[in-house]
Amino acid sequence: MTVIANLGAAAPELFLAGAGIVLLMLGVFRKTDATAQVGWLAVAALVAAAGLVLTGSKGPVTLFNGLFITDGFAVFAKLATLGASALTLILSLSWLAQEQVKKFEYSVIVIFATLGMLMMISANNLMSLYLGLELQGLAAYVLAAFKRDNLKSTESGLKYFILGSVASGLLLYGMSLVYGFTGTTSFDKLAEVLSHHPSTGVMVGLVFMLSGMAFKVSAAPFHMWTPDVYEGAPTPVTAFFAIAPKVAAIALFIRLLAGPFSDLVGAWQQVVWLISILSMAIGAFGAINQTNIKRLLAYSSIGHMGYVLVGLTVASPEGVRGALVYLALYVFMNVGAFAVVLSMRQKGRAVEGISDLAGLSRTSPGLAAALTIFMFSMAGIPPLAGFFSKLYVFMAAVKAGMFGLAIIGVLTSVVSAFYYIRVIKIMYFDEPVDSFDRPATANTVILWGTSAVTLLFWLWPAALINSAQTAAQVLFPG
Amino acid sequence: MTDLPLLSLVTFLPLVGAAFILFVRGDEAVVARNARNVALLTSLATFLLSLALWQGFNPATADFQFVEKVQWLPDWGINYHMGIDGISLFFVLLSTFLTPICILSTWGAVEKRVKEYMLAFLVLETFMVGMFCALDYVIFYIFFEAVLIPMFIIIGVWGGPRRVYAAFKFFLYTLFGSVLMLVALLAMLYVAGTTDIPTLMQTRFPYEMQLWLWLAMFASFAVKVPMWPVHTWLPDAHVEAPTAGSVILAGVLLKMGGYGFIRFSIPMLPEATEFFAPMVFTLSIIAVIYTSLVALVQDDMKKLIAYSSVAHMGFVTIGVFALNQQAIEGAIFQMLSHGVVSGALFLCVGVVYDRLHTREIARYGGLSNTMPKYATIFLFFTMASVGLPGTAGFVGEFMVLLGAFQTSTWVGLFAATGLILGATYALLLYRRICFGKLDKEDLKALLDMSPREIAMFVPLILMVLWMGIYPSSFLDPMHASVVHLIENYQSALAAANGGSVAAN
Repeated sequence: MTVIANLGAAAPELFLAGAGIVLLMLGVFRKTDATAQVGWLAVAALVAAAGLVLTGSKGPVTLFNGLFITDGFAVFAKLATLGASALTLILSLSWLAQEQVKKFEYSVIVIFATLGMLMMISANNLMSLYLGLELQGLAAYVLAAFKRDNLKSTESGLKYFILGSVASGLLLYGMSLVYGFTGTTSFDKLAEVLSHHPSTGVMVGLVFMLSGMAFKVSAAPFHMWTPDVYEGAPTPVTAFFAIAPKVAAIALFIRLLAGPFSDLVGAWQQVVWLISILSMAIGAFGAINQTNIKRLLAYSSIGHMGYVLVGLTVASPEGVRGALVYLALYVFMNVGAFAVVLSMRQKGRAVEGISDLAGLSRTSPGLAAALTIFMFSMAGIPPLAGFFSKLYVFMAAVKAGMFGLAIIGVLTSVVSAFYYIRVIKIMYFDEPVDSFDRPATANTVILWGTSAVTLLFWLWPAALINSAQTAAQVLFPG
Repeated sequence: MTDLPLLSLVTFLPLVGAAFILFVRGDEAVVARNARNVALLTSLATFLLSLALWQGFNPATADFQFVEKVQWLPDWGINYHMGIDGISLFFVLLSTFLTPICILSTWGAVEKRVKEYMLAFLVLETFMVGMFCALDYVIFYIFFEAVLIPMFIIIGVWGGPRRVYAAFKFFLYTLFGSVLMLVALLAMLYVAGTTDIPTLMQTRFPYEMQLWLWLAMFASFAVKVPMWPVHTWLPDAHVEAPTAGSVILAGVLLKMGGYGFIRFSIPMLPEATEFFAPMVFTLSIIAVIYTSLVALVQDDMKKLIAYSSVAHMGFVTIGVFALNQQAIEGAIFQMLSHGVVSGALFLCVGVVYDRLHTREIARYGGLSNTMPKYATIFLFFTMASVGLPGTAGFVGEFMVLLGAFQTSTWVGLFAATGLILGATYALLLYRRICFGKLDKEDLKALLDMSPREIAMFVPLILMVLWMGIYPSSFLDPMHASVVHLIENYQSALAAANGGSVAAN
């Protein structure tokens, strides 16, 4: 009885699973092309799921024998994930129409990937963690290779699949070690056991798990796949990869380390510290020489993950709050930036070179202004939103006395400013080449929205920060 | 006194103008004309409004006036807190005074993308004014760093041939400095529990921590001033920036560093200030003498004036860290006068650059024959820059030297040497441009200044004379604040020394 009564706590997931199957049926049984129809219904399903998350249970509720948990933290992360999925799916729909790809499966796969992400966020057991991760991962491999008649896309899909499987293997191996040394896979029991008997075997397992997680969030030194996969995958898929799975994986990362492994903080803190610094540095230096905007954004996302992990390294409510604020603003900045990338079309063909942006401020001033806002914001220049996201993670680092981390962080942000403003330089200082086609209406609307949020975040920062605060508090009871 | 949020009005009024410009539509010529007019009117209105600040300012008190406080991030003790005292009042006025002149100077000089140019300037004005009014460290930091955005665009889009290099160098150099200050700011937030500037001034930070905080702030302000050896971005940025950009850069942006020292380093970190003052003196003296010598050998007019700016700002840092009333008031005055005078000098360069499109000194000569009005005005500002008594330049330098001699004779002596060198390069520049034979064909055809150009200089000339002849109008309002600053500094030092004696 109680399981059924509590099922409401998993309503968003159940709904999405159902919606995915129904949409699949709809697409199969329609005689004509149903890409657009299924796509918009999928967007509606994601929005409805977000609505269910908002109205549903917020108190800590566990389900399915403790495999699944819903709490304030999960609500925050799920809203960010669903928002990111929905926005990137809308961007994808205009791309599918422009490229005349008539495959309704795209939207269905996105739905299942998102379902996997929600499961990751709500995982309360190593088993359900892996289940969610793989559902998301397998859907993602398919998406990467979605343009299957395109060499780059299939290559990217294959690469992602092989490397992703290796990472999953690492994770599984780590999890089996942890299970072997503790005798449990449940987060609650793990926490209990580890608070009394931290053993070396668990440490080894934890390191493997950290490696696997670092791969999933594309943090250095497990970032190598990112630029290649981002470049090869179809652009809307890249947009999707860069945003929603990152949010979910970071949420999982946080829940894992702040929950069951919180007593091993001394052990994992130095690892995450190193991962964070390496990611910030590689994100900053790696992007300097890029000529392809998707590769540039790939390195940029590696760097951003480094900053998010600063918040996790600190291992305090402030740190997690900073990481959540960062993630939420990251969603807006990146959705916007990819909306610009998806609008880079000349005479019906998509272009991806940074040099193709030359003189954009003359040919399409609106697009250029929007990308300028995103670039300055990602560089962390006030008063744009990106400044606040960096402010909060560094605030936490300084409070914890991690001055080294904070100083390296701000210095790499100066390095990364170089390539962000290089994009602006190309748009504003260089002479125009060919002009772009008119962007799709949906892209324009999303661009307006995201750039307004990025530009005007300072007007009302308290709303986001307070909800991130509440979400972060959940993980640190007492 | 009224209840109007005067400071916020002054700060954000330019943005209103910018919003209007944003929606100007039509063909290019119409857009350009409308944008110019809107920008000029907005900046004039802002200037008039800021005069109300001066008029309503009470010089008898060192407290912050026109204070506004709105909760912003209450959990962190970060509020939208604005207010001015005798120190910041004139920097606000300087910003609002120079902006309309800059906008006026673009008639004829800037032809492409006028709308964006005007937008950038109005946004820049908001950030500059906001920075001088901010009474919360985070708000200050936001304005301080936000200035980079419009300035980067101004240099990069409307600048000279090497504008891209200059814009990048400017942006990255100054960003590098300010992010270190951000870490210091956050550390202070955790000790004091707030970033409210008046509260931070009352907070005593541990000695060790002060040293680190001071260095982090120094990284930021020294780049902005700029002090030797981190001044190298300035000549590049000045040379490549369009005229109006150079004026704002020299006139206001450099003052952000000096203002930062006075507002943050000295009152908040007094012991560290005492500890590092000799280093600042050394660097400043090197700046004064070395950059004056470098200025002597420049071939480019703007570069010469840029190096002279570094030298003049060396006086400012000497004055600020001499820490007596004359020196600090002199330093503030010197910043104001340098803002007006070097701004005017860049405009003078702009006048001939608009005609000949070169800044190479050797391409000029004998201009006093064809352009007598120009030669007169240029001479006037050259003299002001040299520090001729009766002009603004004299008062500031004289007070700084007086104050410096009280603190250390050697510092005073070396700084005074800089004055002589300063006279040398400034007069040399004038001789090579205005005197000599008029033997170049294209120079003979040059027209003298137009009424618009003269209109641009008239307020500057009046201001230089006013500041030179009756400096009390400017010095009186800052007395109370400066005295308060020094008293606080000394009592903090006394307390710290007394504390350590007691501990022994």
